Amino acid sequence: MIVVIDYDVGNVKSVCNAFRHIGCEVELSCEPGSIEAAAGIVLPGVAAFGYAVSALGPLAELIKESALSGKPLLGICVGYQMLFDQSSEYGRHSGLGLIYGSVVPIPSGSPMDSLRRTIPHMGWNLVKLPENMDLFAGLGGEKHFYFAHSFYADVTDPRARTAFTDYGFDLPASVQKENVYGTQFHPEKSGKAGLKLLQNFYDICKKINSKS
Amino acid sequence: MLTKRIIPCLDVKDNRVVKGVKFRNLRDAGDPVELGAGYSDAGADELVFLDITATIRSRKTIVELVEKVAENVFIPFTVGGGIQTVDQIDALLRSGAEKVSVNTAAVGNPNLIAEAAQRFGNQCVVLAIDARRSKKHEHKWQVCVKAGSEPTDIDVVDWAVKAEKLGAGEILLTSMDADGTKAGYDNELNKAVTEAVNIPVIASGGAGKLEHLYDAIVLGGADAVLTASITHFGNHTIKQMKEYLASRGIPVNL
Repeated sequence: MIVVIDYDVGNVKSVCNAFRHIGCEVELSCEPGSIEAAAGIVLPGVAAFGYAVSALGPLAELIKESALSGKPLLGICVGYQMLFDQSSEYGRHSGLGLIYGSVVPIPSGSPMDSLRRTIPHMGWNLVKLPENMDLFAGLGGEKHFYFAHSFYADVTDPRARTAFTDYGFDLPASVQKENVYGTQFHPEKSGKAGLKLLQNFYDICKKINSKS
Repeated sequence: MLTKRIIPCLDVKDNRVVKGVKFRNLRDAGDPVELGAGYSDAGADELVFLDITATIRSRKTIVELVEKVAENVFIPFTVGGGIQTVDQIDALLRSGAEKVSVNTAAVGNPNLIAEAAQRFGNQCVVLAIDARRSKKHEHKWQVCVKAGSEPTDIDVVDWAVKAEKLGAGEILLTSMDADGTKAGYDNELNKAVTEAVNIPVIASGGAGKLEHLYDAIVLGGADAVLTASITHFGNHTIKQMKEYLASRGIPVNL
């Protein structure tokens, strides 16, 4: 069973819909008991960072403990950004601190750029998929995923593996640090490639659970 | 590189997709969930659902419709039409919409944009602008409200710039002069807005031929193109549109 954290932000249902579509047992919950019993945790998020952190409240500590104990955790969009130390979106806010790095605004393009760099970074961008990142198993060398964000995580963690997309600079699109995974893009809204990524996360959860 | 998007628009009335010319003479174009899933399979980058009745009664129906769409469609979609409050936005996002578009209510209360952006993030807030060429001033456009029926004195470019400052994450720019004519997008309008703001702009109204899509992107500077007649009535498939754009050097997700 995968638990998708139910807190007061948008889009939690879409993540559940996508997992159900691939035949994965999923529960939308904010109950500590369910989170503790889950094979894996998904932290979704369509919200401003500060709003999301305060909406998460005391659940943050439980999610962090579960991740540190080895349970697979997948953060999506703002849920991914919350894996890092801090963000400067509408004020300064602390994240879960599971991965070293800061969430900062996407720099606006210089007038010298041939292409206008719009912010938010909105739409389908090509992500280069490193072979050593488990979420991308079976997806080939590169795929388009759907992004919608104005801030990005500047990853400084030497132990994190990072996949990038090109937005006039190498923009981190996904990270993996041991059992902690995150995607800046929305796999639940990225068509077939996104569903395959969620399937991979489900498989990782099953594998880890069969060991313990 | 970020690709240019093709976004089929589904105008919804009484749970059916309809399409008119210059906002009138509505024709039935099919079931929203079925059409949405079909476009997703056909390679659409996103979808827009506009509730064109937008009454209190239809508000509940549209939430139920969004839930059904979200269970079957795994690409982003925007919902708009008659949205007035942050709580309505919340309900639509919770039901599975990726973004919500505001129009008339934001003109009356621009702070709605700021409130929604601070709560849900800028990327959720689409400002829809219905633009009509000004009869008084050349190269100027007026913002129209109430489904385009009521012109205001607000200049379209000024409004777009203000909305960006308030926190809008995207602009859905419809030319009422071009809408439904299949004679091409108003690229003078598109260019005036894309040069004035730094947020993505979706060009809307007037697509009839493949080269119109190219022109909106290259001449108008649009980040995405909204299509209705050109897709609903089977003139061109999404794949044909993308192959055409790719052959002319436009990055697309094929």
